[in-house]
Amino acid sequence: MLHIYCPHCREHREEEEFHVKGQAHIARPLDPDSCTDKEWGEYLFFRKNPRGLHHEIWYHTTGCRKFFNVTRDTVSYEIKEVYKIGEQPQVVAKG
Amino acid sequence: MQRYSGFGLFKHSLSYHENWQRAWRNPTPKKKYDVIIVGGGGHGLATAYYLAKEHGITNVAVIEKGYLGGGNTARNTTIVRSNYLWDEAAHLYEHAMKLWEGLSQDLNYNVMFSQRGVLNLGHTLQDMRDIQRRVNANRLNGIDGEVLDTKGVQEIVPHMDCSANRRYPVLGASWQPRAGVARHDAVAWGFARGADSYGVDLIQQCEVTGMVIEDGAIVGVETNRHGKIMADRVGCVTAGNSGVMAKMAGFELPLESHPLQALVSEPIKPILDTVVMSNHVHGYVSQSDKGDLVIGAGIDGYTGYGQRGSYPTIEHTLQAIVELFPIFSRVRMNRQWGGIVDTCPDACPIISDTPVENLFFNCGWGTGGFKATPGSGNVFAATLAKGEAHPLAKPFSMFRFHNGALIDEHGAAGVAH
Ligand SMILES: Cc1cc2nc3c(=O)[nH]c(=O)nc-3n(C[C@H](O)[C@H](O)[C@H](O)COP(=O)(O)OP(=O)(O)OC[C@H]3O[C@@H](n4cnc5c(N)ncnc54)[C@H](O)[C@@H]3O)c2cc1C
Ligand SMILES: [Zn+2]
Repeated sequence: MLHIYCPHCREHREEEEFHVKGQAHIARPLDPDSCTDKEWGEYLFFRKNPRGLHHEIWYHTTGCRKFFNVTRDTVSYEIKEVYKIGEQPQVVAKG
Repeated sequence: MQRYSGFGLFKHSLSYHENWQRAWRNPTPKKKYDVIIVGGGGHGLATAYYLAKEHGITNVAVIEKGYLGGGNTARNTTIVRSNYLWDEAAHLYEHAMKLWEGLSQDLNYNVMFSQRGVLNLGHTLQDMRDIQRRVNANRLNGIDGEVLDTKGVQEIVPHMDCSANRRYPVLGASWQPRAGVARHDAVAWGFARGADSYGVDLIQQCEVTGMVIEDGAIVGVETNRHGKIMADRVGCVTAGNSGVMAKMAGFELPLESHPLQALVSEPIKPILDTVVMSNHVHGYVSQSDKGDLVIGAGIDGYTGYGQRGSYPTIEHTLQAIVELFPIFSRVRMNRQWGGIVDTCPDACPIISDTPVENLFFNCGWGTGGFKATPGSGNVFAATLAKGEAHPLAKPFSMFRFHNGALIDEHGAAGVAH
């Protein structure tokens, strides 16, 4: 069971209160019509799937119902940091 | 290869079973092969077997970082069925089903394929409409299937609670009588022994750590124990680790790796002689020959490579099983584990050429690839032998995520298994 700190509620809560929503920091192409099929397909379907540090969006489903970002190690599952939407991660993978 | 038979069993009993030939060799790799297969799970071993048997390509190595079949092949709950909705998927899984039906004889190895039937339950009117549609589609594709009502389900599974006043009443089910279960380890071992008998080198405890690429074409792989091993073609069959392998070759795949868990109970007397699955309450259960209940459900929501999952998922799984079978509520669970499944956005696999010439990938089977093991190996072997996709594999190109020709099997893939 993960213990997750919600930066909005400012408390640790149990994993069951949250849903993970996948990779964070995905920018929608500014002009979709000018994308090639490859660019659009990559925006829709291709996600980073790192073995190691991953930045992802979590949703406090049964709490404050707000979104925030988490940096998590996908091998140890350890949560390295929690930060709000619009902020950048401090812990990043080398290289 | 020493053939297994009743007579052989008797003969070896006279020498206390101490003189059986080893099932496969443990060779040191050569410098170069015609084909290298990365990943010694069921799919990789089946690929090697059919390459040798059907295409006469025997200068082949399977390179496995752990032991043969130690990945998802040995961690899955062994449900085999072919009742998928769309033509492309239905044809591929039915191809596998036909191979399953003769597999023990073909391999001279008992894979304990048991066609005990699979029920996919419906609990809402929409569930039942989807079931009608899927069964009709299956029949048009020559795949057996029936739509059952509550009474029909109750007759097959008398111990399930099918009463009308449940929170999720069982309104009916789809029923595929030819579906069932098989012994997962035996499948890996049978294909391994078969491939070895044709001269395929099975290299265990050897991790592929890099791809040797020259002028946009693959010419070999780097390994941690045997240095560079060269090859004309490379097939990568690494399930949950496929995203990492693609990165080594310099491209991305639309895969996300998730933990998927399963549990088995203490062995109990025979009570369930079929497989029961429910997308809606989200769980499935069968009973192994040993007597333990084999139980599974959904993936863990987050991505991960840790080969274990989290407790809330186990709790939800068991809630679903007890909802269907209140009679199981006091059965104790014996073991629990996780595997890493490579899920694809359309719940269908990737069997494909790649941006690197002579490098092919067979992955993305996600939560449900065990049932496809012989078929997957069979079409991937043809793909590697000819250098272009087998007709059944063609729709499963990785480039469908660029041109939009997705094959949405989320409905029939249903509860993760
Ligand atoms: C809990 C659970 C339940 C499931 N239930 C079902 C079910 O009921 N029915 C069904 O049809 N499917 C089921 N599945 C899915 C099924 O197990 C898989 O789709 C299938 O086994 C994949 O086979 P594979 O040979 O491709 O993968 P694996 O058996 O995982 O083989 C891949 C191999 O590649 C090796 N490898 C990875 N990286 C490297 C490297 N760098 N170098 C060398 N080797 C490497 C790994 O060690 C591994 O042995 C389940 C999966 C899980 C986890
Ligand atoms: Zn909150």
